Amino acid sequence: MTANQTPASEASSPVPTPAAGTRLDRWIGSYADRTHGMRASEIRALFAVANRPEVVSLAGGMPYLDGLPLEALAETARDVIAQRGTVAMQYGSGQGDETLREQILDVMRLEGIEAHPDDVVVTTGSQQALDLVTRLFINPGDIVLAEAPSYVGALGVFRAYQADVRHVPLDEHGLVPEALEEALAALTAQGRRVKFLYVVPNYHNPAGVTLSLERRPRILEIARRYDVLVLEDNPYGLLGFEGEPLPALRSMDDDGVIYLGSFSKTFAPGYRVGWAVAPHAVREKLVIASESAILCPSNASQLAISTYLSTHDWRGQIKKYQEIYRERRDAMVSSLAEHLPDASWTVPDGGFYTWVRLPEGLDAQAMLPRAVTSRVAYVPGTAFYADGSGADHMRLSFCYPTPDRIREGVRRLAGVIAGERELVEIFGTAAEVEGRVVDSPGPDLA
Amino acid sequence: MSRPSVLVLAGGLSHERDVSLRSGRRVAEALRGTGLEVTVHDVDDDLLPALSQVKPSIVWPLLHGASGEDGSVRDILELVGQPYIGADPRASRISWSKPIAKTVVGRAGIASPRFVTLPQSLFRELGAVRVLESIVDNLALPLVVKPARGGSALGVTVVREASALPRAMVDAYAYGETAIIEQAVAGVELAVSVVDTGSGPFVLPAVEVVPREGPYDYDARYVPGRVEYFAPARLEADVEARVSAAALGVHEALGLRHLSRTDLIVDADGVPQFIDVNTAPGMTETSLLPQAAEAGGHELGELYRSIVDAALRG
Repeated sequence: MTANQTPASEASSPVPTPAAGTRLDRWIGSYADRTHGMRASEIRALFAVANRPEVVSLAGGMPYLDGLPLEALAETARDVIAQRGTVAMQYGSGQGDETLREQILDVMRLEGIEAHPDDVVVTTGSQQALDLVTRLFINPGDIVLAEAPSYVGALGVFRAYQADVRHVPLDEHGLVPEALEEALAALTAQGRRVKFLYVVPNYHNPAGVTLSLERRPRILEIARRYDVLVLEDNPYGLLGFEGEPLPALRSMDDDGVIYLGSFSKTFAPGYRVGWAVAPHAVREKLVIASESAILCPSNASQLAISTYLSTHDWRGQIKKYQEIYRERRDAMVSSLAEHLPDASWTVPDGGFYTWVRLPEGLDAQAMLPRAVTSRVAYVPGTAFYADGSGADHMRLSFCYPTPDRIREGVRRLAGVIAGERELVEIFGTAAEVEGRVVDSPGPDLA
Repeated sequence: MSRPSVLVLAGGLSHERDVSLRSGRRVAEALRGTGLEVTVHDVDDDLLPALSQVKPSIVWPLLHGASGEDGSVRDILELVGQPYIGADPRASRISWSKPIAKTVVGRAGIASPRFVTLPQSLFRELGAVRVLESIVDNLALPLVVKPARGGSALGVTVVREASALPRAMVDAYAYGETAIIEQAVAGVELAVSVVDTGSGPFVLPAVEVVPREGPYDYDARYVPGRVEYFAPARLEADVEARVSAAALGVHEALGLRHLSRTDLIVDADGVPQFIDVNTAPGMTETSLLPQAAEAGGHELGELYRSIVDAALRG
């Protein structure tokens, strides 16, 4: 194909007009408006290096799966195909396998949720549930409230549906009720309706904090008063390092909360099975939306997980994960104290992440190439905001690298920060940069 | 005789790993289409064992940045007696450093924007404010700040106001200890590829790069749509001749082999100004050398195959 054969057109032009040049994409004039935010960036390219073994990656969110009983799981998978192959390989229910939905109730009971199997919709990871809920509720320009910072994968979904995301601050006890009230009052005064509030209440990604028990009913009360639906995303709730899990928001409010759960962190992400629990009318629509998106979740995956839950000590597996991740959290926190005394960070009681505030004047995004040169990777805080802020923070994950690697990674990071600091001293405090691409690593990053 | 085998080197630990992997896959695919046996290998601790096991007839390094372009991987290939495609270590090393390449090219009579080379330590010694003021006074805005080594426009900023200069320096130093500040030249941006398939280097049609919006940065380079390309470039015959001569001059002055891509800007007087040269130019689906080859009527697989054949003949 040569340049001149390539028609290119402006989006506004009704008839494609041939241009002399080429933009290497015949369909450049055809894309929907919602794709305009989809871009490559330097940052994403830099993550390509992070999966190399020489690099200590504190960037990704991949669970540590070496502890799984893989031999036994192989047997399970074999049995599913050998004994129930005609079901496993067939289309299934759009709402998900009924037995699995019942078992999901057992899982959720650990966090105080009482529900009926009919309330559960099985999805391809809870990420798909997030997409479906957003599709059901968000017209372009509608407001979504999210914590500041918020899960990057949720921000991506909200952006794809052209939501107007407003951030509400959180502190060491999670989302701040007073700040939520203030935001809602201000938006109401402007005549703006908020469609839903998105929260990750337990071991927050990226902030590492947990919404306190005391704040939970207050958040729900405020949401109810302003008639705002709550979207509770809870992939990490069972991965606490101390004590019993806190009651889910859904356990305190059947009608005002859509709950998203996942096997990706408590078991493994490979089968891509998650779920949503929603009020009756919403659930009906979720099933229809899911059928139009994927027809049905994978039967093979659902049966494998269902068999795992019924034949393995899944609670014991979760305990094992808790111990592994606690040891890694400890390695992370003690290394930070040793090597980065001028930074501050959250000390998570569970989950995968700590949220580090850099010494004054440093910019985590600008510093990333230097980190990659020093063979350490992290995710700059800018990824977790819809508005480009967050450059003074970075997310460090401790889920995948071993404690020794974590210590080595933090040691390297200290060198990177020292180098960047020297630059900032030479040139003055780095200015905030407008209009940066919000970006993150792909899901398969270590 | 068994058919020749090619080992494509792609990946590496540089900032441009992602681009390199994509280049490697594209070239491997195109070469396989010509009947060659092709493997793609990363630069890791398996590489040397793989070379002695596979014994490829030829290695095609498609590494962008760091050890891939600074000559060091090629040094090792020389050391183990492995034939490869592209510039030798010395020529790679010279080309990889923008200030050194500009100096060598300048001696061959090819124009290049005025510039200064600035190691980070210099600012510590002389004071950032004074140095930057003096640069703005003497080179005049707008300026381009970039790492002295590196590609894909990583760490590059066009500075139009003096107040943006410190930030641009910080961004460039994130990629390395040395930066250059160069006068920004307004004009037509061109990428001119030179290929040698055994009967002397020849120039492929110049590709003109016109950003639709914003700068020609990393995003613009690798996301179709942000940039409009004209291949061949829209040039008057005399300018085109000067451009071809300049690209050929760069290739020869730096002692490059088999292929290179020279980035030039044709200024208001119609003079091609040398910006940069790539000894392992990008070969992705949006890269400039493949576009130039297609504009020149070359089928990519055949062109790459003739480069391989030329290299095999030595």
